[in-house]
Amino acid sequence: MSSIFIQILQAILMVLLAPLAAGFVATVKARLQNRRGAGVLQPWRNIRKLFTKEVVLADHASWIFRFAPYVVFTATVMAASVVPSLLLDTPLSLTADVIALVALLGLARFFLALAGMDIGTAFGGMGASREMTFSALAEPAMLMSVFVLSLSAQSTNLTTMIHHILSTPLLIQPSIAFALVAMLMIAVAETGRIPIDNPTTHLELTMIHEAMLLEYSGRHLALMEWASMVKLLLFATLIIDLFIPWGLSLEADALGIILALIFWILKLALLFIVLATLETSLAKLRMFEVPQYLGTAFVLAFLGMMIHYMLEVQL
Amino acid sequence: MSLLSNTWFAERLGDHGIHSEYLEDHHPAHMPCLEIRRLDWAHAAEEAKRLGMRLVAIWAAEAGKHDVKAGKRRALYTYMALAHPEHRHALLRTELRGDNPQIHSISQHYIAAYRMERTMQDMFDIDVMDTPDNRPWLKHEHWPESAYGLLHTFDSKTPLQSDPERLDVDYDYVPCDSECAYEISVGPVHAGIIEPGHFRFHAVGEKILNMEERLGYVHKGIERAMKGRTASDGLKLAARVSGDATVGHAWSFAQACEYAADINIPARASYIRGVLCERERIANHIGDIGAICNDAAFAFMHGQCARLREDMARLHKEAFGHRLLMDSLVIGGVAHDIDDATCQKIMQQTLDIAEEVERLRDIYADTASIQQRVIGAGIVSIEDAKDIGLLGFVGRASGHYPDERIEEAYAPYDALNITIPTGKLGGVSTRVWVRFEEIANASRIIIQLLEQLPKGNIQTPWTAPEAGMSGFASIESWRGEIAAWVRFGVDEKIDRYFVRDPSAINWLGLELAVRTVPVPDFPLVNKSFNCSYAGNDL
Repeated sequence: MSSIFIQILQAILMVLLAPLAAGFVATVKARLQNRRGAGVLQPWRNIRKLFTKEVVLADHASWIFRFAPYVVFTATVMAASVVPSLLLDTPLSLTADVIALVALLGLARFFLALAGMDIGTAFGGMGASREMTFSALAEPAMLMSVFVLSLSAQSTNLTTMIHHILSTPLLIQPSIAFALVAMLMIAVAETGRIPIDNPTTHLELTMIHEAMLLEYSGRHLALMEWASMVKLLLFATLIIDLFIPWGLSLEADALGIILALIFWILKLALLFIVLATLETSLAKLRMFEVPQYLGTAFVLAFLGMMIHYMLEVQL
Repeated sequence: MSLLSNTWFAERLGDHGIHSEYLEDHHPAHMPCLEIRRLDWAHAAEEAKRLGMRLVAIWAAEAGKHDVKAGKRRALYTYMALAHPEHRHALLRTELRGDNPQIHSISQHYIAAYRMERTMQDMFDIDVMDTPDNRPWLKHEHWPESAYGLLHTFDSKTPLQSDPERLDVDYDYVPCDSECAYEISVGPVHAGIIEPGHFRFHAVGEKILNMEERLGYVHKGIERAMKGRTASDGLKLAARVSGDATVGHAWSFAQACEYAADINIPARASYIRGVLCERERIANHIGDIGAICNDAAFAFMHGQCARLREDMARLHKEAFGHRLLMDSLVIGGVAHDIDDATCQKIMQQTLDIAEEVERLRDIYADTASIQQRVIGAGIVSIEDAKDIGLLGFVGRASGHYPDERIEEAYAPYDALNITIPTGKLGGVSTRVWVRFEEIANASRIIIQLLEQLPKGNIQTPWTAPEAGMSGFASIESWRGEIAAWVRFGVDEKIDRYFVRDPSAINWLGLELAVRTVPVPDFPLVNKSFNCSYAGNDL
């Protein structure tokens, strides 16, 4: 099997599995709340339904509003396809740089916020302002957390970093623990989950991500929703890659890929069960406390970096 | 305090030179209606305020067909209902004369009056003088200027033709012309399935400076539709004023009719009414507690509360024929008797639910993240609560405790010892606390009522009173006091019905509660009030 084929397979799996992942989280949450839930396939049904519906556009929607769903979806899918989920060394691994990844997500966010403001409703602007405020705090924290790992790998390239982790003997490194906690906190915030944002709410005044999507309908909304599901899967995969990469296939052979797929899905399931449990046991934070939450993540990542220098660097 | 006649208020007014006369055609005697001169209207309100009475409602009514003297214009009356914690309710009435009826505003004494005065302007073409707020309230832009919905001259058969000039006029919201503050307008169409209402926020960043409500989007013309109905037809309509408080509204209407006709209902019927009303209280509080937690994204409570509420609804269907207890009351009694087996079932379920609610309450109290959201959010101070006269659990969370089960002590509550939770902090957490306490109290009341359930009939035969008789009733529903006033006209038909849902007053409390609250906390605070739109808009 050629690695190009696997690269493509990886990207397609990422996009196709994303709604299932969102459905899985929703189902686990439902079970934890003693409900039956709508089933793992529900997000897929929603997307299919939205694609068959007509698009209702506001009179004063500009090209940005119509353009944004495609940019957001494409940028998110591009970001998702460079994150290794099955095979470590793929043709795109050279571009799999964490800074590029954050930039791609930043591009998606930029257009999302622009589209939110484009219509001129109070909610779009409100959502955009909240999204930007929080991402200005979340992005540095995320980079800082990744830098902890990059410091020992001497690279910000994902593949190189994973190689480094796989090749070092399994030792408990305190800096990694700090980076992991920070990363988990950021992932929750970046993907708009409880306690930062509530993806299932219908209360327009409390929304962050959804407030920017309020005016979207039909295929535009489908793409936006889909992109946010891909983002959830992307962050889960990124955490798996950076902190528990064992199981990733090093060679492009069938057996290795199948094993890697099984490992990936198992690790995802574990991570999503943790997420669902967390979401069930927590209420949403008061919005003014979100900066403190993100600040805490940043400080944790920073401490991880300091600890790396103090304890782990052999001079 | 005497049940036979209540002369306290008339005497106090007399002390201050306000002459009043008892109206013979008004019942009951312990809630008398006093006729005063028009010029004494505002003065009487001022006096009542000084006596520590709270405003229940003000409304207007035209004289009925039976009352029109040959060749004369129909008389127009305004009514004011007041209540004192010890000296019960008293009504005042005054006649407005002339072609341009005018009345002094009482809003400077009772702030809660201003929306009711605006409603009088909208519906009766009454000029309210010195009012702080002259804008239309229920009469939205698509109504023609000349439409006064409750005057007998208004033709309710032909559809209204909206006036294109009026459609262009924007409602005069409180202006916001600061550079840094911005406006957020929410509703009347919302992102979720909730009742329509418009909220206009002024905010700086994420902090609310001011919130203005605009309601009336679900105005259905209930008062007009009641005209010409018989009492039993009218009861069906009254039960639908606000669907979640159907027992409370049906009871207040039925009791007003029964007072007007001066009939007493059997003890068994009043006990069953008590059980229905308390069950409604429990079901709604449980549903709301779940919804409040859900607004803070704590979905676990929501699921559990929905399950408990569903259990109650199923038993209601089985025992009383309707999941929400609609049409379980009739004039003169109740529609369904309960046998011993059903009685046991209701008692058992009430106990089970009260126990489960206590367990949920522990979970709610032990979850730090939800406590962090509710504590200190949306505070109404005790002074504000008393000024507005906040009712029900909203009042009880803010140090104002009117409870008609105690003040009016109507059957069956006269036989019971009612305790009410007395909160003081006035935030979301206090309102939730009051609701939890009320669930426990209500389940105790249900058990007591069912254990002591008297034997006998469940209905008294209904005979309508003669034309012109009116009755006033005040019932403590789950949201608070529902006041209803009914006047009968010719042919045993109802000629004027006025009802004041507690929401009409509690909506004012919400406007104060959300000041300085962050914008995203508004839904949480709103849900903790859970005022009815339908009950306010009528």
